[in-house]
Amino acid sequence: MRRAVFERGSEVALFLAALIAVVIIVLIGTFILIEGLPAFERTGLLNFLLGHEWRPLQGVFGIFPMIVGSIAVTAVALAVGVPLGLATAIFLAEIAPPRAERLVRPAVELLAGIPSVVYGLFGMTMLVPIIRALAQTWLGASLDPQFRAGYSVLAAGLVLAIMILPTIINIAEDVLRAQPLEYKEGSLALGATHWQTIACVLLPAARPGIVAAIVLAMGRAIGETMAVIMVAGNTPVLPQSLFSPVRTLTSNIALEMPYAGPGAHSQALYATGVVLFGLTMVVNLAALLVSRRRVKRG
Amino acid sequence: MSQQQAQKLAFTLLWGAASLTVLILTVILGYILVQGLPQVSWEFLTKEPTEMGRSGGIFSSIVGTLYFVAASLILAAPLGIGAGIYLAEYTHDGWFTSLVRFGIDALAAVPSIVFGLFGYALFVVALKPVTHGWSILSGAFTAACMVLPTLIRTSEEALRAVPQEYREGSLALGATRWQTVVRVVLPAAAPGILTGVILSIGRVVGETAALLLTLGGSLRLPRSIFEPARTMALHLYLVAMEVGAMDKAFGTAAVLVITVLGVNLLATWLTRRHLMRLLR
Repeated sequence: MRRAVFERGSEVALFLAALIAVVIIVLIGTFILIEGLPAFERTGLLNFLLGHEWRPLQGVFGIFPMIVGSIAVTAVALAVGVPLGLATAIFLAEIAPPRAERLVRPAVELLAGIPSVVYGLFGMTMLVPIIRALAQTWLGASLDPQFRAGYSVLAAGLVLAIMILPTIINIAEDVLRAQPLEYKEGSLALGATHWQTIACVLLPAARPGIVAAIVLAMGRAIGETMAVIMVAGNTPVLPQSLFSPVRTLTSNIALEMPYAGPGAHSQALYATGVVLFGLTMVVNLAALLVSRRRVKRG
Repeated sequence: MSQQQAQKLAFTLLWGAASLTVLILTVILGYILVQGLPQVSWEFLTKEPTEMGRSGGIFSSIVGTLYFVAASLILAAPLGIGAGIYLAEYTHDGWFTSLVRFGIDALAAVPSIVFGLFGYALFVVALKPVTHGWSILSGAFTAACMVLPTLIRTSEEALRAVPQEYREGSLALGATRWQTVVRVVLPAAAPGILTGVILSIGRVVGETAALLLTLGGSLRLPRSIFEPARTMALHLYLVAMEVGAMDKAFGTAAVLVITVLGVNLLATWLTRRHLMRLLR
C-alpha cells in the first residue's frame, strides 16, 4: 500500500517537473506583460513601436530606432555568418579528411563555449579600432565625422556573425548528413561530379533544415546583448550606414534598466522586453514550422 | 570552365571557409590569452579588488562565481533531471510531450536580457522577503530558469540511450517503475546526465546580461547567498565598460575563458568516455 502511494507520488512529482518549462515561459510572458503594458497604454502601441524619439527624461518613448538597429545588426551578422557557416558545414559533412575534421570540429565547439562578454571585449579592443582606422583613413572623406568612432552596425554585425557560426555549422552539418545516401549515389552514378552533387542534389534536399538553422541563428543574433553593447556605440538614433553607431532592443534594456527608477521609464523598458520576447517567439515558431514541413515532406 | 575546374574552385572555397573558422577562433583565443595572461598572478586570483576594480585582484568575483554556480545548479538540476526522467520513462509522445517540448524550445530561445527583466520583477522585487532583493539567490533563480532546457534535453537523451533490456530485466524481477528508474536506469545514464550538468555550468559561468539586473554587482566578498555579488563575467563587463580598466578586464577574461573552456573540455571528455563504454 505504501509502495503504491510512493509510486504514484513520485510520478506526480516528475510530471510537475516536466511542466516546469511551460510554467516558466508563461510566467515570463505574464510578468513582462504586466510590467510593460502601462507603457503601451501611455504612449500608444503604434507611437511606441514607430516613434523615432527615445528621451526617457522627457517621458518620450519610441523604440523604432532600436527595432531598426536590431534588424540591421542581425542582417549584417547573417550576411557574413551564413555563407561562412554553411561552407564550413558542407566542408565538414562532405569533403573534410579526418585530420582536418579533428581540427575544425573542436574549433567550432570552442567558439560555441566562449562567453559573450569575451566576444564583446575582443570586438571592443580589436574590431572597433580596425573599423575606426578604416573609417578615418580610406573612407574618411566620404563619412560624416560622427560615423568615424568605429563603434558601429558593422562592428556589432561582425561580432554576431562569429557568435552565430556554431549554430549554423552544427545544424547545417547534421541536416546534410541526414540526407539519404541514395540521393548522392544516384547523382554520382549519373556522372555528376562531387561538387555538382553537393550543389544540385544535397543542398536543395537539405534546404528546409538549412533555413531552420538560419532562422535559429537569427533568433540568437536578435537576442544577444552583452557583445553588442560593447561594440555598437548605443546611440538611440536611426542608423544611417554600416558605420553608424546603433542601439538594439536588447542593449536598450541592459543599458538603462540598472538605473531606471520605477514608473514610466522602467515600464517602457519592460515594454521593449515584450517586443523582444514577441519577436523571438515568432522566430522560434517560424523555425519550428520550417522543420516540421521537412518532416512531413520527408 | 569544365566541371572538374568548377569543383576544384568550389572545394578551394570550402577549404578556405573552414580554415577561416579555425583562424577566427585562434585569433580570438590567442588575443585574449596574450593580452590577459600577463595580468594573471597569484595576487590577481587571491586579492580583493580595490578602486572599483581598477587595482587589486578578482578574488571576490571568483567566490561570487562559485556561490552563484552552485546555487543555480542545486536549484535547476533536480527539476531538469526530473523533467528528463518523466519525458524518457513515464510518457509516450502525444499532446503533452509536444506542449512540453514547445516550452523547452521556447525557453531556450528567450534572450538572456528578457530573463533578466523577468528575474528582476519576480525574484528581486516580488520575492524580496525570500531572496533579499539583488542577491546571489535572485541571480541563481534566474539562471536556473535559463539552463533548464539544456538540462532537460541532455538528461532525456542520456536516459533514452539506456538499452531497453535493462528496464525489462528489472521489471521482470518484480521491481516497480520507480525502483527501476532509480536503481537501474539512472545509474546507467549517470555519465550522460553529468555531462549535461557540466555543460550547464559552462553556460552559467559565462552568463552576464541576466545577472546585470538580478545579481546586484557588489564588489564586496559575498558571505552568503542572500548578499549581492558579481561573477567573473559580470566583473569583466563592469570593469571594461564602466571603469575602463582594460588590463584588469583582459586578466579577468583570460581566467574566465580558461574556466569555461576547461569545463566544456571536461564535458566532452566525459561524453567520449561514456560512449566508448556503451560501444564496448
